[in-house]
Amino acid sequence: MIIDFVPLWTLILGAAVFFYVLLDGFDLGVGILYAFAPDRAARNLIMNSIAPVWDGNETWLVLGSVGLLAAFPLAFAIIIPAIYFPILVMLLALVFRGVAFEFHFRDAAHVTFWDHAFSIGSLVATFAQGIVLGAFIQGFAVEGRAFVGSSFDCFTPFSIFTGFALIFGYGLLGAGWLILKTEGELQITSRRQGRWCFIAVLIAIAVASLWTPFMDADISQRWFSWPNIAYLTPIPIITLAIAVFEWRSLNNRSEIAPFIGAIGLFLMSYLGIAISLFPMIVPHHFTLWQAASSPDTQAFLIVGTMFLLPVILMYSAWSYWVFRGKVRADIGYH
Amino acid sequence: MHLDPLILSRLQFAWVIALHILLPAFTVGLASFIAVLEGIHFFTGREIYFRISVFWTKIFAISFGMGVVSGIVMPFQFGTNWSRYADATANVLSPLFAYEGLTAFFLEASFLGVLLFGRHLVPRWAHFVAALMVALGTLISTFWILSANSWMQTPAGFKILDGRFFPADWLAIIFNPSFPYRFGHNVIGFYITTGFVVIAVAAYFIRRKMFAEESRIMFSMTLWLLTLLIPLQIVLGDLHGLNTLKYQPTKLAAIEAHWTPEKRAPLILFAIPDEKNEVNHAVIEVPLLGSLILAHDLNGEVPGLKQWPADQRPPVAIPFFAFRIMVGLGVMMLGIIILSLWLRLRHRLFDTSWFLRLCQYAAPLGFLTVLAGWVTTEVGRQPWTVYGLLRTAHSVSPSLTGSDVLLSLAGYMLVYLIIFPFGIMLMARIVRNGPSEAAKKEPIEGGQPSSPVVTPPEYTHHDN
Repeated sequence: MIIDFVPLWTLILGAAVFFYVLLDGFDLGVGILYAFAPDRAARNLIMNSIAPVWDGNETWLVLGSVGLLAAFPLAFAIIIPAIYFPILVMLLALVFRGVAFEFHFRDAAHVTFWDHAFSIGSLVATFAQGIVLGAFIQGFAVEGRAFVGSSFDCFTPFSIFTGFALIFGYGLLGAGWLILKTEGELQITSRRQGRWCFIAVLIAIAVASLWTPFMDADISQRWFSWPNIAYLTPIPIITLAIAVFEWRSLNNRSEIAPFIGAIGLFLMSYLGIAISLFPMIVPHHFTLWQAASSPDTQAFLIVGTMFLLPVILMYSAWSYWVFRGKVRADIGYH
Repeated sequence: MHLDPLILSRLQFAWVIALHILLPAFTVGLASFIAVLEGIHFFTGREIYFRISVFWTKIFAISFGMGVVSGIVMPFQFGTNWSRYADATANVLSPLFAYEGLTAFFLEASFLGVLLFGRHLVPRWAHFVAALMVALGTLISTFWILSANSWMQTPAGFKILDGRFFPADWLAIIFNPSFPYRFGHNVIGFYITTGFVVIAVAAYFIRRKMFAEESRIMFSMTLWLLTLLIPLQIVLGDLHGLNTLKYQPTKLAAIEAHWTPEKRAPLILFAIPDEKNEVNHAVIEVPLLGSLILAHDLNGEVPGLKQWPADQRPPVAIPFFAFRIMVGLGVMMLGIIILSLWLRLRHRLFDTSWFLRLCQYAAPLGFLTVLAGWVTTEVGRQPWTVYGLLRTAHSVSPSLTGSDVLLSLAGYMLVYLIIFPFGIMLMARIVRNGPSEAAKKEPIEGGQPSSPVVTPPEYTHHDN
C-alpha cells in the first residue's frame, strides 16, 4: 500500500516555514528596531534579548530550505534560481548580522560599524525575504522542469511592496518581543514603535488583500466565487478582531499580548496566502503532488521527522525557558 | 569577454565552501575539546580545566557563529546555482541534508546558547550536557554531510528513471563505499587541525610565561592526542586511497599523474603534467613504489588516464599538486610529533624555545592540509557532480547568465573578505589578551563580556 505523504509534508513544511517567519521574524525585527535605540546601554540590552536564541531561530531557515528540497524538490529547483538575487542579498545580510552578535562585543574599536552591520543586515535580509514572498505569490516563468526567466524577473512593484510590508511586519514582531523582554523607558519606546509598525502592517494587509485578487484571476476566483466567499468570510473578520486586540494591547499595560497579537496577524496572513495558492507550490505550474519527491524519499524522511521534530521543539523550548524573564545588561559584572 | 555561468558557478561554490570548511575543520575538534575539558572539570572539580574551557569557549563562540552564517549559505547554493543537480539528485540526497538539520543543527544551536550564556542559569551537570550535545551535534552534522558528499563520489543504492536518481536502498545510500573512509579521514583531520591550533596557542603562552600551568596542560595533553591521531590518520588516508583506486580510478590516475595503466608502477614524487600531450615533464620518481603504495602489491596495476576518453577525465595538475601538498604537510606534522616525543624523553618539552616557536608557526598546518585534501577529492571527481553519472556541466541552473553569477561571486568574495579577516583578528586578540587576564575582567557565563544574558529575577543576586 502506498500512503500519500504529501498532505503531511505540506503541514510539516508549512509549520517549519511559519516557525521560521515567527522566530527569525522577531529576531530580525529586533535588529531593525536596534537602529532606533537611544544609547549604548539600550543597544546592549536589545541585542542581549536575542543573543542566546538567534542561532536556533535561523536554523529553521535551513530546515525550511532543505525541507522544500526534500519534500518538493521540483519546486526547490524552479523557485530558488528564480529568486537568485533576493536569496544572495538575504544570505549576505544574514552573514553580517550574524557575526555582529559576537564581533560587536569583541571589537570595541569598530562597535559603530558592527551596530550598522546588525541593524542594516537585519533590515536588508527582511526586505529580501519580502521580495521572495511577493515573487512567489506572483509566480515564475517555467518551461519543462526549470525556471526560464531572467534573474531580475522577481523585482516587480508587487514584490517591492511585499518587501516593505515585511519590514513593518517583522518590526511589529520585534517590538512585541522587546515589550515582553524589557521594562521602563525601553519598553515604552518599543510600544510606540510597535504602534507605528502596526498601522503600516494593517495598511499592508489591506493593500495585499485587494492587490492579489486584482492581479491574479485564480486568486480572485478562490476568494470571491460562491460558496467559497461564505466559508472564507471568517478569515478577514478574525483578522480584524486580532487587529483590534493588538491595537488595544499596544496601548494598555499588557506585556505579552502585543507579541501574541502580532503572531496572530502573521498567522492569518499566512493562512490567507495558503488559501490563495493551494494546491499550487509553483503557482500556475505545479501542484504540491506534482512537485513532490518520490514516496520512498518522503517515507524515509517522515520516520525520523515524526520522532525528531517533537524532540527539537522540546529542547528549543527548554533553551527559551532557561533565558526566560526580563533581559538585563549588567549581569556580566558581579 | 564571454562570461561562462558554469565556470563562475564552480568558482563561487569553491569559494563559499572553501571558506566554510575552515570553520567546521576547527569547531568540530574544538567542541569535543571543550566537552572533554568540561567533563574533567565536572568529574574532578579541578578549577584549572574550567579556566582552560572558559578561554576556548570564547574562541569557539566566534568561530562557531561564523560557521553558522557561512553554512546557511551552502544549501541555497544547490538551488541558486545548481538547480538541475538539485532536481536530479533530490530524491536520494535531500533526506541526508534534512536529517543533518533535524539531528544536528537544532541540537547545536539550542545547546550552544546554554553553553555560552547559561553557565550560571542551569545546574553544573546541565552545562556539561550542553557542551556534550554541541560536540555531538558537530559530529552528527559531519556524518550526514559527508555521507551526501561521499554518495556523489561513489553513488550506490539508487535507480535512474527519466534522468533522475531515485532511492532503492537507504542503507546502501548512506553507507556508500567511500563514506566510512571519508568520514574517518575527515573527523581525524578536523581533530588534528584543532590540535595544532591548541598547541600553537599553548606554545605562545609558554613562551610569554603567561597562564603557565594551564598552557602546559593544554600543550602536553594535545601533543599526546596528536601523537595518537597523526599515525592513525596516515593509516586511514592509505585505506581511503585503496578505496579511491577501486571506485574512482580516474581520480586516482589524476592524483598520480599516470597516463598509461601499468603494473610495477613507479611513484611520481614530482612532475609537471601536460594534459594536451598526455605526458609528464620534469619527472622525479621512485621505481615500483607506486604499485606498492597504491595497490599494496609490487605487481599491482595502477590505472592510467588514457583508459578513458578525454572528456571523462578530471583536470590532472590540480589534484596532482593538491595531493602532494596534503601529504607534504602531513609529513611536517608527523615530524613535529616525533620531535615532541624526543623532547619529552629528555624532559625539555616546555623549555625548548625553538620547538615552541615551531609549534606556534604550525597553527595553520591543519587548515591548509584540509583544504588541499578537499581540493584533491572534489577536483578529482570532475567532470562529474555524481561520479560517472551526472556531469557538472549538466548540473548548473539553466536560467543563469554569466553576469548574474559574476555579480553574486563578487558579493560573496567581498563579504567574506571582510568577515573572515575580522574574525581571525578578534580570535587572535582573545589569545593575545590571555585567559587569566580575561577571566579577571569578565568573571561570567562562558566568557561573554558585558554578556548577552537574560536572567530570571530569582537569579539576580544569586552569584554575588
